[in-house]
Amino acid sequence: MTGTPATLDVRDLKTHFFTKAGVARAVDGVSFSVAKGEVVGLVGESGSGKTVTGFSIIGLVDPPGRVVSGEVLFKGENLLALGNDGMRKLRGNRIAMIFQDPMMTLNPVLRVDTQMVETIKAHDPGVSKRDALLRARDALGQVGIPAPDERLRSYPHQFSGGMRQRVAIAIALLNKPDLIIADEPTTALDVTIQGQILYEAQKLCRETGTSMIWITHDLAVVAGLADKICVMYGGRIVEQGAISDVLDHPVHPYTRGLLGSVPGHNTRGQRLYQIPGMAPSLMNLPEGCAFQARCPKADTACKTEPAITEPVPGRAIRCFHPHLDRSEEVGT
Amino acid sequence: MSEAMLEIDDLSRNFTKKLDLAERLAQKMGANIREEVVHAVDGVSLKIAKGGVVGLVGESGCGKSTLGRMIAGILPPSSGRIVYKGISLTDMDIAEAKRAALEIQMIFQDPFASLNPRMRVVDIIGEAPVAHGFAKPSEIHEYVCDVMQRVGLDPEYRRRYPHQFSGGQRQRIGIARALAVKPEFLVCDEAIAALDVSIQAQVINLFMDLREDLDLTYLFISHDLSVVEHISDRVVIMYLGRVVEIASTDALFEKPNHPYAQALLNEVPRVDQRGRDYKPVEGEIPSPLDPPGGCHFHPRCPHAMDRCRAERPVLREIAPERWSACHLNDGT
Repeated sequence: MTGTPATLDVRDLKTHFFTKAGVARAVDGVSFSVAKGEVVGLVGESGSGKTVTGFSIIGLVDPPGRVVSGEVLFKGENLLALGNDGMRKLRGNRIAMIFQDPMMTLNPVLRVDTQMVETIKAHDPGVSKRDALLRARDALGQVGIPAPDERLRSYPHQFSGGMRQRVAIAIALLNKPDLIIADEPTTALDVTIQGQILYEAQKLCRETGTSMIWITHDLAVVAGLADKICVMYGGRIVEQGAISDVLDHPVHPYTRGLLGSVPGHNTRGQRLYQIPGMAPSLMNLPEGCAFQARCPKADTACKTEPAITEPVPGRAIRCFHPHLDRSEEVGT
Repeated sequence: MSEAMLEIDDLSRNFTKKLDLAERLAQKMGANIREEVVHAVDGVSLKIAKGGVVGLVGESGCGKSTLGRMIAGILPPSSGRIVYKGISLTDMDIAEAKRAALEIQMIFQDPFASLNPRMRVVDIIGEAPVAHGFAKPSEIHEYVCDVMQRVGLDPEYRRRYPHQFSGGQRQRIGIARALAVKPEFLVCDEAIAALDVSIQAQVINLFMDLREDLDLTYLFISHDLSVVEHISDRVVIMYLGRVVEIASTDALFEKPNHPYAQALLNEVPRVDQRGRDYKPVEGEIPSPLDPPGGCHFHPRCPHAMDRCRAERPVLREIAPERWSACHLNDGT
């Protein structure tokens, strides 16, 4: 990436969990960047390390997990060197996070206004309560909550699931962050409600220039929302690039397999392509490429770790045998 | 359409929340407290042809699971009839009822909760066939190995416990348990919702293979329209306890008739749609405790008229083999 500095630049991030049973390399050499106003989709199946990547960026990895090496440059500043106090000033202020379950982020015994004013005052102690309340109300209105004045005085349990997620997003927005990390925020919601949340997220990025990392397992959601996509497998990004490039011409065998197994994208009633086997345990990843055991193209070269290459401009992949022939069909 | 294997006629199921002691006392003293009734399924009629796959779609609280449970015989209906192979389930003699109960099997959503953690796989799968005389106790291992192979499980693992399997494998155990009593009709209640994309594809393929090999009929309940689109011949869409549209999959996805069906199809995220502009349906799903009068969808419907607020639209045939419950269809 050249030109204006990226909002976020993650370089060779490694987060390992040191458990009694061994070391789990949950994130193992992840590099990607997020430009201003850009939405990056971080896609992977369970255990691929996508959530831990998000937690590592915002500094929420708990022991036995530890960020072992790498750099997380937020507007040029390395967050990993910042320490706890420095991170606390940034978190909820310049970088915010939205979680899958809004009940995790909202305190059930405090009214919404209390929680929102607290967030504002934590980062800006000089603000009067009145101004803070006004800002809270505006944030609720911004995410499409009807009658924000009344809703401010409600408790989280008085909201429906979709509304609760909106409140969580409103709290993330309060201090006008430069970066929002959204971890599966619509997975628990119904289709029509998911549509509403995606609409708010998209509006937000377009209007305020907030950058976003959207972590999900759902390729279809990312397809509609993101500008860039990073596909994770076994703790590494195996393929990244502009959304249309990657989804229309996937190069890594895993991305190809994943796209082949999405129903709705493929011809009705036909067998879906199935990736054989299952995801390896992070505890004992094979030497070299994590995908080799399930990959149709694997050979002895895959026993060593593939480096990041750029076979097509703007694409970064980790594979010795990328599918560069565009005429072949997905899933073969 | 060939002969109907299963026919449902004006089926309803209510759940009543009984008053507790304090509420009964308050009621006696003249307080305005009444028992709350949820019409989980409200006058549903549909037919399922032999060998067909019917997808039942709807958002949370629409009654799709309740309907599935009534068909599987787990939940008695409040009113209406379920006719299986020409005989109403309530009119069957004991032998017929037993046969129907075996022939209609259910597969559940959560592969963690639906398997007894203290039983070995061989007993989970083998218990019912022995009890119902499909296999002698001495032949049980052989019988179970057969069924396990059919669903793609290694028979070597039959002495293991459910916790030793991954989510996808557990779902296969659930499917094997249902298949062990040689069913003809499977009710799959969100059977693949909890699985990762690549594992989901494996299980969808398994369902399609089994349908061909064993001539099964499915009621496939799901909130995921793209899965339903892939696997079903016909689709039933429910909203707050009522069926709003029944159509063949092709016809529905080409041109949905009911405004709710249109909204739902519009909201489905698709891999082939990039950088889309979200235009979500307004409003929340109303509480089933207090659904809006007339057509349940009218508060969220862009075409709502006075008639929609007053009169419940009947489900009527708008084209051959296609039904919709909307007043707009009367205008022509």
